[in-house]
Amino acid sequence: MASPTPSSAIRCRGLVKRFDDVVAVAGLDLEIARGECFGLLGPNGAGKTTTIEILEGLTEPDEGEVEVLGTTWQGDGHALREKLGVSLQETQLNEKLTVAETIRLFRSFYREGRDPEQVLAALALEEKRDARVGKLSGGQKQRLAVACALVGDPELLFLDEPTTGLDPQSRLQLWQQVTAFREQGGTVLLTTHYMDEAERLCDRIAIVDHGKVIALGTPVELIRSLQAADVVELLSEPMLSEEELRRLPGVSDVHRRGPNWALAVHSVTESVPPLLAAVEKAGARLTHLSTHRATLEDLFVSLTGRELRDA
Amino acid sequence: MPEKFGGVRLNALRELTVAKVKEFMREPEAVFWVFLFPVLLAVVLGFAFREKPPDRIPIGVVSGPGSSPAVTSLSQSPALQPRAYTAEEGRNALRTGKISLLVDPGPPVVFHLDETRPDSRIARLAADDALQRAAGRADPLSVRDEKVTEKGSRYIDFLIPGLLGMNLMGTGIWSLAFSITSARARRVLKRLIATPMRRGDYLLSQILGRLAFLLPEILLLAGFGWLVFDVPMRGSLILFFALCLLGTMSFCGLGLLIASRVRTVEGVSGLANFVMMPMWLLSGVFFSTERFPDVAQPLIRALPLTALNEALRGIMNEGQGIVEIAPQLAIITAWGVVSFAVALKIFRWK
Repeated sequence: MASPTPSSAIRCRGLVKRFDDVVAVAGLDLEIARGECFGLLGPNGAGKTTTIEILEGLTEPDEGEVEVLGTTWQGDGHALREKLGVSLQETQLNEKLTVAETIRLFRSFYREGRDPEQVLAALALEEKRDARVGKLSGGQKQRLAVACALVGDPELLFLDEPTTGLDPQSRLQLWQQVTAFREQGGTVLLTTHYMDEAERLCDRIAIVDHGKVIALGTPVELIRSLQAADVVELLSEPMLSEEELRRLPGVSDVHRRGPNWALAVHSVTESVPPLLAAVEKAGARLTHLSTHRATLEDLFVSLTGRELRDA
Repeated sequence: MPEKFGGVRLNALRELTVAKVKEFMREPEAVFWVFLFPVLLAVVLGFAFREKPPDRIPIGVVSGPGSSPAVTSLSQSPALQPRAYTAEEGRNALRTGKISLLVDPGPPVVFHLDETRPDSRIARLAADDALQRAAGRADPLSVRDEKVTEKGSRYIDFLIPGLLGMNLMGTGIWSLAFSITSARARRVLKRLIATPMRRGDYLLSQILGRLAFLLPEILLLAGFGWLVFDVPMRGSLILFFALCLLGTMSFCGLGLLIASRVRTVEGVSGLANFVMMPMWLLSGVFFSTERFPDVAQPLIRALPLTALNEALRGIMNEGQGIVEIAPQLAIITAWGVVSFAVALKIFRWK
């Protein structure tokens, strides 16, 4: 067994996982510190879920080494599971049980854990305590899933797309719970394809595509690596050529985004006036022009040429 | 901290079992099939096939001067129901099968009958006997009938143990196979094994949860048979309950085996029916297994439901003891042990 690094909650090297002829994870390395909130950001099918399930000990990797809280998944991992909280993607629970019964059931699996009543309150599920799981809304189900992950008082929390399909209020409630968990010293690994969620919650982010980490750093570092503070999107009739746009002052990158051109620029004030002049000179008519602060989405587009949502 | 660990383990097992029982109780259809359906079947079949005194055979007597004393004499026979007809009507009634025999009181007495009809031949013998006795014949030999329609040999006595066996099989297989497969299909199993829950506790809770319904299930059906139809319990009550428990455990094993790898609820429904259907037909639930050809008998008798039904009938109807039903017990146990062993070996959690 590799000597455990006390400060690292998760370490994996060279993870590979194949399903039939599809390579879901293609040589993935990660090191996550204790107390950190780490995000795996990527489009659907990027290998996020396979990676997190390998780390959770639910899937066996074909190659590579995994160390979670200083131990490996050899054996039944029973002692390790005492310290983990897991929320699977679209977790389903027994629909015939009530909310309170479900939380109590999960509590019974752990030697030590939180008071089910307190977890119920923390996730704003008190009103629904006697409701059957089958009758809950998507947001309530997801909160219950997180409640079941927290009731064992874990050191390390895995959340696989915890807010996919949720309304804004439910998302906010979940984010608050993640933040509260971290304030008590907990470590979080979450996957998401929402950049705002990653930017808001995560200390560090790994952008994953085709089963590999293609960018790693804090949200600020990653956005800075784009070498652009702002993004300008435009649509004109006829369209300007990519070379024309690249020649404009302050433009570091040009990509298609839907029907539009997306220009990564150092500053809007530096690049927009010459852009408008170029449109006029080409005799084109501007049909769309917008600007926004550069985000992780822009970084992803810049790295892969595709968008997160529909990649 | 061994005590604490044991406490947690029992706590988890208890919570899982309680969850299993609640899951069942909150499924009204399941409650119907397990508790009410077998009783309904017993009521319907019990009344449909209940014992009736044998029917009297209708015969005709040709009207005339001697017809009235002839009808009186013939009525003395418990097998006959005589009625007077004109010669014309009587021949018609005989031809259309309304009566089995037409008696012309004569003299001389003439019997009109169709020799190919068994009922006609019986009626002729009975009518001849009645008329000869009425004419003063004395029987040189005295005979007495001993009737054999006693408790334990009626259809309902055959049916109730069969229904009980069928129910123990159905509930055992369904309650495990369906709930485990549904948990797997909905990824509840995967979520559970991501906790420190012992996998054995989950499987054990499935069996304990099923056993929780065993006593009411037996008491309802066997008690109903005993109260309403006077179905006997000639053997040991303890042996009877032990047999029910053994049968249930064996079918739990089969249920676990059926559920061990299937991914969808549709898949498990098909598989469970595939396993149970032959036993509904072959294992002597509704009619005796003796009706199947001799070559099939070894196979039929090796089925777990056949063994359970035979043993249940042995205890209830014939008062058999453990030695007499030992072969059946061995078959039931073997099915259970093999099913559990294979199921645990190939079980898929994800």
